[in-house]
Amino acid sequence: MSEEQVFDAEPANFRTSVIQLDRPGDPSVFDVSTVADARAIIARYPEGGARSALLPMLHLVQSVQGQVSPDGIAFCADQLNITKAQVAAVATFYTMYKKNPTGDYLVSVCTNTLCGMLGGDDIYAALREHLGVAAGGETTGDGTVTLEHAECLAACDYAPVLTVNYEFFDNQTVESAKAITTELRNGAKPTPTRGAPLCTFKQIERQIAGFFDEQTAAPDAPSIGTPGLAGVKLAADRGESAPSYGEGA
Amino acid sequence: MPLTPVLTQRFGTEKPWLIENYEKLNGYAGLKKALTLQPDDLITMVKDSNLRGRGGAGFPTGLKWSFVAEPRGVERGQRYVVVNADEGEPGTCRDLPLMMNDPHSMIEGIIIACYAIRASQAFVYIRGEAIHAIRRVTAAVQQAKARGYLGTNILGTGFDCEIVVHGGAGAYICGEETALLDSLEGRRGQPRLKPPFPATNGLYDKPTTVNNVGTLASVPYIVLGGADWFKALGPEGSPGTSIYSLSGRVKNPGQYEAPMGTTLRELIDLAGGMSRGKEMKFFTPGGSSTPMLTPEHLDLPLDFDSVVKVGSMNGTSAVMIFDEDDCVVRATKKWVEFYKHESCGKCTPCREGTYWYVGIYERLENGTATIEDVETLLDLSDNILGRSFCALGDGATSPVTSSIKYFRDEYVRHVENHGCPYPGARVLAGAH
Repeated sequence: MSEEQVFDAEPANFRTSVIQLDRPGDPSVFDVSTVADARAIIARYPEGGARSALLPMLHLVQSVQGQVSPDGIAFCADQLNITKAQVAAVATFYTMYKKNPTGDYLVSVCTNTLCGMLGGDDIYAALREHLGVAAGGETTGDGTVTLEHAECLAACDYAPVLTVNYEFFDNQTVESAKAITTELRNGAKPTPTRGAPLCTFKQIERQIAGFFDEQTAAPDAPSIGTPGLAGVKLAADRGESAPSYGEGA
Repeated sequence: MPLTPVLTQRFGTEKPWLIENYEKLNGYAGLKKALTLQPDDLITMVKDSNLRGRGGAGFPTGLKWSFVAEPRGVERGQRYVVVNADEGEPGTCRDLPLMMNDPHSMIEGIIIACYAIRASQAFVYIRGEAIHAIRRVTAAVQQAKARGYLGTNILGTGFDCEIVVHGGAGAYICGEETALLDSLEGRRGQPRLKPPFPATNGLYDKPTTVNNVGTLASVPYIVLGGADWFKALGPEGSPGTSIYSLSGRVKNPGQYEAPMGTTLRELIDLAGGMSRGKEMKFFTPGGSSTPMLTPEHLDLPLDFDSVVKVGSMNGTSAVMIFDEDDCVVRATKKWVEFYKHESCGKCTPCREGTYWYVGIYERLENGTATIEDVETLLDLSDNILGRSFCALGDGATSPVTSSIKYFRDEYVRHVENHGCPYPGARVLAGAH
């Protein structure tokens, strides 16, 4: 059996999609500015700790290609002076590294227990139908929206939630979720409930890699909603507070 | 119990994430005071306050710090503070709001921790999906540096400290401290065998203290208020406040900061009662890894020690509340699917056990399960619990064994009914 046949046997396997024997990956597809960014990431870590840069660097290559491809694997391996197998082992472990090209907007619907039971399952099922995509992170034909279901997004008090490029859209319904994706496909940018104004998937991956500018730092973006304020509001209404600092303070 | 906002006191104020606003509300006063004290005195203060880790395990923070501060011969730069901000436990939604709204309180706590244990470098490992938290914390670090709270010769004391914000890439297991360290070193997030513990062999094999966001954010208040003030906020053994993150079938879900030891009955009352007018059926006291409790526990003080006495854990005080129309088998199925997805695969009992769990729960939902399957779930749980490197596998057994313990009849009804007996039940194909 040839090597090619072995790999063809498991086309859906991420490991085989990022390590391809017939396509070793070309690190030179990334330009000088990406190299400079990679160096800047490495410089964040102490001497001897360069490999710590790998996770952010994989986000960086996604910010260029919209996925982790054999090129991205080769690039990270080159930059960090480790093997492609070492990079691929890491890239295949984490769910945020995408093996397929991702749309401009990654829509993640929480279907963990709390959100799922409060409507997240219905939202996910409805969006699959609405967008005409199969399960498991498929992208619409026009390349605008990639749908996935997500594990707990740590916003249970806003359930059910979805995120678009990881910015929160809280307290969703089937109808509101459909409306969001329709807007996205029409070129509009709905406003997140909490988080910065939407950018593309590639642009957000650059932020996750740790690169922000004045605009993406979004100092005016909303950070809290009604549930986050529930306790402090009730405390104020009731005139309750923590005891003031004691003696010796 | 009265509400006692300490960590959440700036929620709702004018952009508390901007340093000028944070400073107006007593921000960085704790750091200024801390820098006038000896590092060892700070550790003693945190020990005396009996602050216990807010990440779930409740380990005494001062003791943890003292382990790392111990080796006196080691140079200042050769130890680390690592912040576990990989919040992803189902139900847990406290650290992200804290970082998104009040990132400086955590940063102030980090700097104090570094000063206390004689470190000059900290890393904040934030889950990758939490982009808005990464954004806020990154900006806050830059602002703190511009104000002289970070960098070299902080406030003229000669103390140096840097903070690196590090985004993860989507793996719940990285909330386990040794998996987090491996991930931070650019590897697959898989737990290490302990001992050695991070206190001696942590990040880059150097002494490291790994603390949760809420733990560190508590530190400035302890410095300002004193150990006795902090202790008096909560019951014996569980000092301080707890941010109860209420979610599920209550009218007003959200973050309610109250003394540790508040009961579920009081919490439901704070949240305006049950949302559908139904009776509470089951709840998790602190995330999906803490065994569920039932109406008989409505008056149980939710603090570290009381919850352990009834066979569960306080965990992250993430209280998910379900009512009598919610199917406990469906809820548990979704939790075990989560653990199957998130098992890192290192240890066979966890990797295989969670796989077989899911198969059985699928049979329970599609109507092909037998009564023996329920016993098999318990047998599987026996073979997962305590047999893996880390607590992920143990956590996976919690919803399974606790739901069978309290609701075995509901499992039997799934078998006899050939599927879920609840109206509106259906199998969601392809969601997992």
